[in-house]
Amino acid sequence: MDDYIIKVENLVKKFGQLVAVNNISFSVVPREIFGFLGPNGAGKTTTINILCTLSRPTSGRAIVNGYDIVRQQSQVRQSIGLVFQDPSLDDRLSGLQNLRFHALVYHVPASVREQRIEQVLKMMELWDKRHGTVRTYSGGMKRRLELARGLLHYPKVLFLDEPTLGLDPQTRNRIWEYILELREREGITIFLTTHYMDEADKADRIAIIDHGKLVAMDTPERLKRIVGKDIICVKTGNDDQAAEEIRLRYQIEARRDSNGLTFEVASGEEFLPTFIKEFGTEILSVSLRSPSLDDVFLKLTGREIREETTDAFKAMFRQHGRHTRR
Amino acid sequence: MNNLRGVYIIWYRDILRFWRDRVRMIGMVSLPLLFLFVFGSGLSSRMGLLGAGTNFAQFIFPGIIGMTVLMSSFMAGVSVVWDREFGFLKEVLVAPISRASVAGGKTLGAATVALIQGAVILLFAPLIGVSLSPHLVLMLLPLMFLLAAAMGSFGVLLATRIRTIEAFQAVMQMLTFPMVFLSGVFFPLQGVPTWMSVLTKINPATYGIATIRQVVLGTSPSSPFGINLLGHTMSLWDNVAVLAAFGATMTLLAMRSFGSQD
Repeated sequence: MDDYIIKVENLVKKFGQLVAVNNISFSVVPREIFGFLGPNGAGKTTTINILCTLSRPTSGRAIVNGYDIVRQQSQVRQSIGLVFQDPSLDDRLSGLQNLRFHALVYHVPASVREQRIEQVLKMMELWDKRHGTVRTYSGGMKRRLELARGLLHYPKVLFLDEPTLGLDPQTRNRIWEYILELREREGITIFLTTHYMDEADKADRIAIIDHGKLVAMDTPERLKRIVGKDIICVKTGNDDQAAEEIRLRYQIEARRDSNGLTFEVASGEEFLPTFIKEFGTEILSVSLRSPSLDDVFLKLTGREIREETTDAFKAMFRQHGRHTRR
Repeated sequence: MNNLRGVYIIWYRDILRFWRDRVRMIGMVSLPLLFLFVFGSGLSSRMGLLGAGTNFAQFIFPGIIGMTVLMSSFMAGVSVVWDREFGFLKEVLVAPISRASVAGGKTLGAATVALIQGAVILLFAPLIGVSLSPHLVLMLLPLMFLLAAAMGSFGVLLATRIRTIEAFQAVMQMLTFPMVFLSGVFFPLQGVPTWMSVLTKINPATYGIATIRQVVLGTSPSSPFGINLLGHTMSLWDNVAVLAAFGATMTLLAMRSFGSQD
């Protein structure tokens, strides 16, 4: 009996000198929402591209729905649905025609084709717009149409590569409602990549990936327990003096950034009242929160995902500039 | 079986897109018609008969048909580049259909659209003083389709290797006009300078234009419009064979090239 639907063993992908995916292994069980979390350029999309047969691994192997991603490409493709980071619709055709094309390609039987198209279009609230040319759709509508399309052939695994990137919060929430509803109704497995923390929080299990390497993999709750403690952020009248006082009084090294000082304590609710009463330096504001996946990432890699994102983006931009000048 | 289905689906989408964008049709037949009527009519009165009892307009008429088919199908490869740029190619590449059938479907789609455009030009035959019997038309359409498919697969092959629309268009321009001018569309190829004669015989389009002209004008292979390759007078079937061999090679290369893309 297979107790996994995706199994990845020692996967490596190199682009020349660059190692995009560095020897990663993991497995995903059926009906699981499995999230790949990491900054841009960490290797998330490369891994997805390999799993969905768009790109070949340099070494290692992977099984999706019981099929080898190199030797049984056609069966793998039939088993999966995909929503890409960038749009992949035919914008000259109508929404309906895009879905009909997809149904033909994925062998959706003619007897249920129209009925299923209607079902997914209604679920994504696009039924009224089905005859409109895709070019005239908004960004959110296009993404919903891609989701509808990804589901049309009842895939066993749905790959979502940054499914809500660049969408407004309202649309993001709606898309998430659909995704969760789908898992309930169709029992499909969802593999997603994201660098939004709140999105990763919705996954059953998360793999944190950084520089092509898997640095941790567990449920969001257990990952947060790595940080273990509560997080306190204070703004003070004098951060230097405050940091010094925290060091002397509690033997804790506080981190400084533009938002003030951040440090971790075992039990925040009990700590705060005495802290405020006893603290000698002027406190402007103080906040307490439970650890987020951001903190987990920081703890594991020593960097914040968001900082890294802009750096990666800048690096990409520089590289792009070099290419175009050549 | 599955491969044929794939070819059909890809073909069907191209036809659907063409059908939704019929204005394109007017644009694509306007240039050939301009050549045919302005060039043809303008020069006919000056040039008199070119041989085989044919005036200039009648001479270029089959050439213009061939040119229409050739340019339309050759440039249709742009849709592959277009799909890559706008992302749709990904949807096609992860679909459970073989890459080879995608290349085949693209070629057939390009050829079908080109055939429709060529057929529109055929309708103008009476105005040029060329009489076409239904029998002749039935013979012509497969020949036009062969030229279209050969050029279509060439275009698709190039499109699999060129990443931007601008670059593709530049390459197309670089190739299309020499292919058209050196294929005998506008002038008989016998008696041209040797360097030009060599180029025309390397040019695969030459054989397509020659077959269409032979059928439309009913001329014999040894007429002044025929082709002499290495001392051999090319019959209709000789020309068809050269074109088919070129088309088959291009199709195979296009399928292979499509298969090896990331």
